[in-house]
Amino acid sequence: MRASCKRRPGDLAANLLIAVVLGLFAIFCLYPILYVLFASFSDPRLLNQHTGLLFYPLDFTVEGYTVAASYAGVWTGYLNTILVVTAGTALNIFMTILGAYVLSRRDLYLHRAANLLVVFTMFFNGGLVPTYLTVKNLGLIDNRLALILPVAISTWNLIILRTSIEALPQSLIESARIDGANDVVILFRIVLPLVKATIAVLVLYYAVGHWNSWVNAMLYIKDRSKYPLQLILREILIENTSNAATQSVGNLSELDQYKQLVKYCTTMIATAPILFIYPFLQKYFVKGVMIGAVKG
Amino acid sequence: MKVLVKLKNDIVKHPWVYLMFLPVAAFYILFCYVPMGGAVIAFNDYSPRAGIFGSEWVGFKWFIEFFRDIYFFRLMRNTFLLNVYDIIIGFPAPILIAILLNELRARHYKSAVQTMMYMPNFISMVVLCGIITDFCITEGVVNDVLGWFGMEPVNWMMEQMAFKPIFIISNLWQYAGWSSIIYVAALSGVSQELYDAADVDGCGRVKKVLHVTLPALMPTIVIMFILRLGNIMTVGFEKVILLYNPLTYETADVISSYVYRRGVLEANYSYATAVGLFNSVLNFGFLLLANWMSRRTTEQSLW
Repeated sequence: MRASCKRRPGDLAANLLIAVVLGLFAIFCLYPILYVLFASFSDPRLLNQHTGLLFYPLDFTVEGYTVAASYAGVWTGYLNTILVVTAGTALNIFMTILGAYVLSRRDLYLHRAANLLVVFTMFFNGGLVPTYLTVKNLGLIDNRLALILPVAISTWNLIILRTSIEALPQSLIESARIDGANDVVILFRIVLPLVKATIAVLVLYYAVGHWNSWVNAMLYIKDRSKYPLQLILREILIENTSNAATQSVGNLSELDQYKQLVKYCTTMIATAPILFIYPFLQKYFVKGVMIGAVKG
Repeated sequence: MKVLVKLKNDIVKHPWVYLMFLPVAAFYILFCYVPMGGAVIAFNDYSPRAGIFGSEWVGFKWFIEFFRDIYFFRLMRNTFLLNVYDIIIGFPAPILIAILLNELRARHYKSAVQTMMYMPNFISMVVLCGIITDFCITEGVVNDVLGWFGMEPVNWMMEQMAFKPIFIISNLWQYAGWSSIIYVAALSGVSQELYDAADVDGCGRVKKVLHVTLPALMPTIVIMFILRLGNIMTVGFEKVILLYNPLTYETADVISSYVYRRGVLEANYSYATAVGLFNSVLNFGFLLLANWMSRRTTEQSLW
């Protein structure tokens, strides 16, 4: 249809300019991650001498990964993170489904009150210190439950699911009720199969959220054997104490060379799962925003 | 009493629904409303042993202390300025991206570009800040590139002047692409007929953007802008505490990072809670103000 329009002479140049501007921005977004990827497979000595951008690994080697993998913290961190992601996401989805279904029921006497109770928390919260004290008073310090329970529901995600459920034809639910189905049956046999797609999106959101989260662990977990991967990573990358990770390397001058390399390798180890699934699932992530946007 | 009777009848009528709501309500009460109530320690001299209600009440003592704090001005300034810069640079960026994406005709190229620029949103803050730090230190890539233009290498992470630019530019990297989705979504609803009609009227490309695309985006822009203004005194502490250090506190320390240091690290619970509460109230005020302004000028509002 567009082809039928008259092509102006400036059009091609404009198209090209737009493509270039967006392309440059996309490279600006992607390149830092590529740099880390290339650097992680590089030789430590060459990497230290190298200045400027990297476009391929310098003398491809997995030496850095061997050193990083010999650091026990990376493995316990991985394990802890997987534990929290699995248990946390399961609880998130269970709670979100229950909440969304109940809040979508307009015939409930408490409909307005319950919705208000939930939505109000999006605008106001107790703040960092009172929340910290609450968790502390519940005795959850150094307990992995502190990484799961305080974030059991994301209100934003709950609203997304509620919106999807509200969009279902009410007659479907009505007829099931006339056939004698109770609310548990209606929710699990009728409603859930119809909002499967939205739930899949929420599983992704929650799982990625848990994978990347570190603040609650920083606040509530003191025992290093319970540190999730992101906290281990923070030590290595930001606090620059890395160097627990490079202990297996012998003498001091070599240790210094490996320090940088190990940073890149642990970064990739922690990010690889996200990078692998992201391109395939990108459209589902976007879909979640779209569902949310309709509401907002 | 009437309420309770009605509620009881409703529970008898839908027992399962209420049973389902039980854990949800427990979560909201325990982890949202209990902390909200716990914020009363801003008005007393909380000690863990005496408990929230057993501690001595001190009125507005902590608030007054905060206003007299030698860091008060610095914290307010940094929090405000980071937001102002972010509104000037970070707010229009996703709108511009969405408009450009809308103009892009090559479909595969478009989706490749989108995939690339949404990606940083899914990478953890720790990793992103690790990369930022690695790029900005003396031996980092940023210095290598600036070196081509003859600049001396500097450890940008230790430079007071550099913190805000680093923060804002990296925000673009992290969020601009992803935030454009909401505008792209708004544009997907625009009928092609509007563009065709503009064609017939002899509109060029720029005019079509001005008279079709932008008006279609306007309601979304207004809502996003209200929300943004409501947050004008909010900077999350996560990114700040990953990027700052005592040398850059002067330009980097914001209210939330101060609350974290004083409250969690130094255990000045009541004082930090008061500072946090002051911040929340201030924000709520700004949100109401922005909403009111928007209702007066564009007849759009959040509620």
